[in-house]
Amino acid sequence: MIGIGVLKGLWVTLREFLGTYPAGRWLLTRLGASTGQGLFTIEYPEVKQQHAERHRVFPFLVYDASPDNLRCVACKICEQECPPQCIHIVGPAKDEQGRPLKAHGRTFPVKFDIDVSICMSCRICVDVCPFDAIEMDNAHELSGFDRFAEMVYTKEQLLKSNEYFQQIKPTEASVVDQRLAAKAAKTAMPPQPAASP
Amino acid sequence: MTEPLLDTQLLEVNLGPQHPSTHGVFRMQALLDGETIVKLKPVMGYLHRNHEQLGEGMTYIASFPFTDRLDYFCAMTNNLGLALAIEQLAGGIEVPERAQYIRVIMSELTRLVNHTAVIGFLLNDMGAFGTPLLYAFREREKILDLFEMASGSRMMCNYIRPGGVREDVPEGFLERASRIVAEYPRFLDEFEALLTQNEIIRQRAQHVGVLSKELAINASITGPMLRASGVDYDIRKVDGYGIYPRFAFRIPLGTVGDVYDRYYVRILEMRESVAILQQALKEIPPGPSISPKGLQLVKSPRTFRPPKGAEAYGRIESPKGELGFFLASDGSPQPYRYHVRAPSFINLTVLEDLCLGHKVADVIIILGSIDIVMGEVDR
Repeated sequence: MIGIGVLKGLWVTLREFLGTYPAGRWLLTRLGASTGQGLFTIEYPEVKQQHAERHRVFPFLVYDASPDNLRCVACKICEQECPPQCIHIVGPAKDEQGRPLKAHGRTFPVKFDIDVSICMSCRICVDVCPFDAIEMDNAHELSGFDRFAEMVYTKEQLLKSNEYFQQIKPTEASVVDQRLAAKAAKTAMPPQPAASP
Repeated sequence: MTEPLLDTQLLEVNLGPQHPSTHGVFRMQALLDGETIVKLKPVMGYLHRNHEQLGEGMTYIASFPFTDRLDYFCAMTNNLGLALAIEQLAGGIEVPERAQYIRVIMSELTRLVNHTAVIGFLLNDMGAFGTPLLYAFREREKILDLFEMASGSRMMCNYIRPGGVREDVPEGFLERASRIVAEYPRFLDEFEALLTQNEIIRQRAQHVGVLSKELAINASITGPMLRASGVDYDIRKVDGYGIYPRFAFRIPLGTVGDVYDRYYVRILEMRESVAILQQALKEIPPGPSISPKGLQLVKSPRTFRPPKGAEAYGRIESPKGELGFFLASDGSPQPYRYHVRAPSFINLTVLEDLCLGHKVADVIIILGSIDIVMGEVDR
């Protein structure tokens, strides 16, 4: 009979509607009908949805202990591999004679800018970094009014501590920490005497 | 027969380029006789982003995030297509067992996402504003949460790599996926109760935009659109890429090739996807998720230099049809030629043939049933 299909469809929408309210769910169970799926919203600005641990937004630079002890050595691999070319690095820092300056035994970049309005959060910089110096952040409410002053993040804005990394991505951070500890243990072994030229 | 009292003339109407429905920036120049379509010319290119040329200017791996943006509903299958092409180009990179299973799980979840969304949009085009679309998006949301769990991003996944997947799925992923897959048939039943027997939809969609078998084959249509016309061709069966031959699933076929068949084939395909997913989630073995060669590619993309003159064409059954990536190498870390065979672009070529003789309102649902995403059509 014409119309039965439409009525059945309307019953589905009615069930979904009732299933959105606790009273409606009670009524549906009393009637012996299955409750709808019931989508429950959250009070957005006050309550925010939890995102997955791997959620990635923009990269940041990791430092250990103090902000001048950053892991980045300005090797520029990420700058080269970044698909939309949004990373700009100047460095490594040099003194007047042109010798590389070192902080905590490592070279460091003079400038490290990421244009987050171009960045597409693809995580390739993290994949290619041999020093685990760059990682993905998950802070996401980052709108601004100025294209260049607010959207180009400088080194100082990008620097975040390893504790922060541990806090936002515990699993990944502990894997990175283990890897770095293993590497440190390897380099800490007494170096072999260099072969005489 | 008397002379017509009024002298009528044909009317040219532009549908678009602002979203003619929800499918993107696309224009249709239609010539109307009253309300009947006499001629229809699709105008594309508003979303052209130079995808292929961009891919030739960067390493093979750096193209992956851009493939996400081709068909932004099915990032996972786009990644898989390029990964298969690169594996072929390298002369076969070994893929661990677990990664193969993860790839199948992700592809089929993508198929669920795409088909639910497309049916929602199709109904939106028919005038059922909101309700079916939001039911579809509610389900899609759950799967996008899974993608976020595994890859860190809901839509731009950038997850599958040559030689496996970028990182293993996190703890709890498989359980959650099993739960969602187990609940999915219930949603499909509900969706079907809402739509399949609905007289309004049947009146509106049956025998509208009929695509004949011959035309479908001659125009190299692929995907659900081809199968709705009754041609048994699915690359998962024909080519058997990955580990698809291990799973038991059927290929649903349509009989008429109208809008309604294209809708119903997608519903049935989702049921088969659920069957594949249940098998894959049950059988997935432990082990590494990427082979050493693949990991090296992820870590240092510039070390990958395929031999000069090597060519490869990797193709998969993406939710929209045959998605192919053609790569030619000149021995440098960047492809010499990089071409994408985009299914929705080729499926769109028969739009005029489908629309001729139908009314203006039918054009919109025919376009909706083709399942296009302009990101992929224009590249």
